[in-house]
Amino acid sequence: MNKQRSLEEALDWITDGCTLMYGGFGGIGTPPTIIEGILDKGVRDLTLIGNDTGFPWIGIGRLVTEGRVRKVITSHIGSNPNAGRMMEDGRMEIIFYPQGTLAEKIRAGGVGLGGILVDVGMGTTIAEGKETVVIEGRTFLVEPALTADVAIVHASKADPYGNLVYDKSGRNFNPLVAMAGERTIAEADEIVPIGSLDPELIVTPGIFVNAVIAGKGVNWQWVWEKRAATESQGGPPRS
Amino acid sequence: MGVGETSRDRIARRAAAELKDGMVVNLGIGIPTLVADFIPNGIEVVFHAENGILGAGPSPAPGEEDGFLCNAGGYPVTIVEGASYCDSAIAFAMIRRGCVDMTVLGALEVSEQGDLANWIVPGKRAAGIGGAMELAQKAKKVVAIMNHVNKDGAPKIKKRCELPLTAPACVDLIITDMAVMEVTADGLLLQEIMLPHTLEEVVRCTEASLKLPEEIIYIP
Repeated sequence: MNKQRSLEEALDWITDGCTLMYGGFGGIGTPPTIIEGILDKGVRDLTLIGNDTGFPWIGIGRLVTEGRVRKVITSHIGSNPNAGRMMEDGRMEIIFYPQGTLAEKIRAGGVGLGGILVDVGMGTTIAEGKETVVIEGRTFLVEPALTADVAIVHASKADPYGNLVYDKSGRNFNPLVAMAGERTIAEADEIVPIGSLDPELIVTPGIFVNAVIAGKGVNWQWVWEKRAATESQGGPPRS
Repeated sequence: MGVGETSRDRIARRAAAELKDGMVVNLGIGIPTLVADFIPNGIEVVFHAENGILGAGPSPAPGEEDGFLCNAGGYPVTIVEGASYCDSAIAFAMIRRGCVDMTVLGALEVSEQGDLANWIVPGKRAAGIGGAMELAQKAKKVVAIMNHVNKDGAPKIKKRCELPLTAPACVDLIITDMAVMEVTADGLLLQEIMLPHTLEEVVRCTEASLKLPEEIIYIP
């Protein structure tokens, strides 16, 4: 029942070449302690699946900036110029989906479905070459589900079983990727005793979580925090 | 134009005049965000942010920011009473299901059929799609705001979009620094002209054909 693990134990699952799903939107809700651990461990050639590529020094963006990523399945990379450069250089492959379609593809993977039917993007280049089906006269794209070897999420509170609650807009993709990882690691700002989370308010039931680790808090400067030279790029990690 | 009012503010103020009491509204990143500064008196709207906030409020005072409470552009916001948080799938369910009454989006090109292009320029680095396709295709009313011409003076309101589309036939109203145009079943209806621009100038700077109303409103 007790899924509390050390960071090192949890990182055993994150290996070179694995597929890693992550929560977070512009870094908000991406687990900082796990990202730091992945960097320290030296993991390379990751395939990432998540909403965006953060900022150069914020969230998942740090893995991109450090050259640890081979491929990204995402909706937006605009806040991380390093991702754009690596895409142009051919050093990193990027596949874009509309954000809501990406969210549902991940959710589908998490809930055991084969994929989704969606009409967003019909009549645009993203529909080209994709399978379609007609249901009651409406045409839908067939979008296969997404899963990953490991999913990493950030929670404000977790109990040892892995029941999770999130932090305001830090929720975003976290509850979705939490369900879609072969193994899911939750980093919590606070680990509370079993029974202390209100069952009515738990967002992710612990059944989806394989490891709970204690977070050390955000270790980067947000873009809106006062900074001199690196305006809009995010500063290097705080020591 | 008021003293010192920039064309960005002027466009945002005109877009805000489209807000109606009780609407659920999603503002795109960039100039559309400014629309929140011009909500007409007596109108209450609910701001939806696709990162999972229904009921987003104004920016916090300096020093009051919360790193876990930001808008879809990654900048701190507050929430209003009655607000809720949700995950990204639910945030997009609200859009796809048709629960968002109006969105204001920036545009690179709009065609006379209301096609919108705003996410990619071939040959240039793409930032990605984000939530633009869902908002453009599924919001009940789509207001496109843009400069009337590009930096070389070439029209951005065209017979057909040359850039890859975000969504076909989705725009309801176009607001530029020069004019306001409604997308109708048989083309663009010029409704308003922003002074000091003239009818002749607007027509010359628009590649799409413009239908003229009985009376054009001139906005000071």
